[in-house]
Amino acid sequence: MSNNKEAWGSRVGLILAMAGNAVGLGNFLRFPVQAIQNGGGAFIIPYLVCFLLMGIPLLYVEWSMGRFGGKFGHHSTPFILDSMDRRKFWKYVGVFGIFTNLAVAAYYCYLESWTLSWVWHSVTGSFSGQSQEQVASFFGSYISLETIEPILFWIVCLFLNTWILSRGLSGGVEKVAKIGMPLLIIFGAILAFIAVTLKAGEHGAVNDGTMGLNFLWTPDFSTIWTPKVWLAAAGQIFFTLSIGMGSIQCYASYVRSKDDIALNAMSAGWMNGFVEIVLGSAIIIPISVGYLGIDAVVEMTKNGGLGLGFKTLPYLFDQFGGILGVMCGVFWFGLLFFAGITSSLAMGTPCMGFLQDEFGWKRENAAWAFGIAILILGLPTVLFFNYGVFDEYDYWAGTVSLVVFALLEIILFGWVFGMEKGWKEITTGADIKVPIVFKYIIKFVTPLMLGWVFISSLPGIWSQIKNEAIDKQILAATDPAVIEQLNTQILYVNISRVGLLLVWLGIAYLVYIAYKKRIKEGRFTS
Amino acid sequence: MNSSALIMMLVTEIVVTVVTIYYFVKVLKTPPKPEPDSYSENDEEKR
Repeated sequence: MSNNKEAWGSRVGLILAMAGNAVGLGNFLRFPVQAIQNGGGAFIIPYLVCFLLMGIPLLYVEWSMGRFGGKFGHHSTPFILDSMDRRKFWKYVGVFGIFTNLAVAAYYCYLESWTLSWVWHSVTGSFSGQSQEQVASFFGSYISLETIEPILFWIVCLFLNTWILSRGLSGGVEKVAKIGMPLLIIFGAILAFIAVTLKAGEHGAVNDGTMGLNFLWTPDFSTIWTPKVWLAAAGQIFFTLSIGMGSIQCYASYVRSKDDIALNAMSAGWMNGFVEIVLGSAIIIPISVGYLGIDAVVEMTKNGGLGLGFKTLPYLFDQFGGILGVMCGVFWFGLLFFAGITSSLAMGTPCMGFLQDEFGWKRENAAWAFGIAILILGLPTVLFFNYGVFDEYDYWAGTVSLVVFALLEIILFGWVFGMEKGWKEITTGADIKVPIVFKYIIKFVTPLMLGWVFISSLPGIWSQIKNEAIDKQILAATDPAVIEQLNTQILYVNISRVGLLLVWLGIAYLVYIAYKKRIKEGRFTS
Repeated sequence: MNSSALIMMLVTEIVVTVVTIYYFVKVLKTPPKPEPDSYSENDEEKR
């Protein structure tokens, strides 16, 4: 029935693909900004605690859930979850594991296409001799679609993702990871070296690069007991490890039941940590502080690291001059591109696995269906970026959905499937001794932490539903044109929410059809 | 850099780097499980 005959080529390939799934643009743009805003060097303490109590347990859980489902030929979360308990509703919880990937890929590929475009502009010298304002205005023109170029790069990016996915796991995804991850680390290491050794007075820098490191790593221990800091650390762990998405389960479902997942999970998880903590902290902040000073960087990172990465760094690289400036631009946006594409490819595989397993689709057809789906779903984020559609997708699919799914899956694993069976799944074939303490952490601590993260997010979710932030802007605005723009924004934001809800319901309906089909064909469900 | 920032950075980065390298080297050094395993490249070696 299923046309899914995928397999990993090698263990290193699987680990690099899984690490590539986790390593994304957030490792370089989000982590350093979160650290600055939440206690500097002291942020690493809640970050590492959350990694140990929430990140590692969820990595073990998702890897073992995937391998368990794979035994029954399931490669997407609806039927992986379904195979773990008799109750029928779990397959609908598993809908999150397809929905999140589809919705995140829809806007993430657009972001990924910016990196491709910025590589091109770095090579062709578009930023050469431009002022900081001109480079920032280039970004503004780009997202306002003043030319056809953003659409072209976006289409190229979608095509590239689809084509690689159509080549399969070992022939496509794994090959990209084997090339992309080492290049990403090499580019990152070169840029980190340049950033850290930047000296005041050289290439127009006003401060040493180490001043940025000093600013980033000086611990403010007074913040460590602030719930906001812990919530930020927990959120960063979610984003960085790609947990609660369903892509880890999908990749792990192609691992045979006697093969290791425990060491694989640790190797991929820590590799992501290395890229984030060691490389991610040593590039954007040291260079920016080196040229602009601490106060300007604090001001610029208030709304995240995206502006700093795309609007400011091209200008700063140009200050290096000549070949070095071009090289740094290519390395920076090149590493962001590799970080992006290895993640977006991971988002495609659960959707493809579902179509192949349940409807007998060929791999190529499933890849093109995914490509077309993200083209349709992503179009509003491209066309109405300035109306907050991109951010709305990011909030619901890339933030809320992850927490909801992770909370439900840990309850399923620790309390419904049962920790005894669960522990056996984690440790079967393990090439390392998994500390027994994780058995209790998975059962008690991680669900409590996830519950706390979810409950703490509820006021924010309610505020988002009521569009309070936009309402405040409308109240503060005096210009009728601005008020009209904000009212239009509310309309687009509401439409995109309804659209996302319909996507979730559509996937749930497909799961229902697949379930009925399985019953008719007498195939295993649970 | 001030000493608290330097200590914080070095301790964190050294720990993360060492643990990452330790696990990755362990993956490289661990012999593959008997066939059939999950990895197609091992199949080719056997032929």
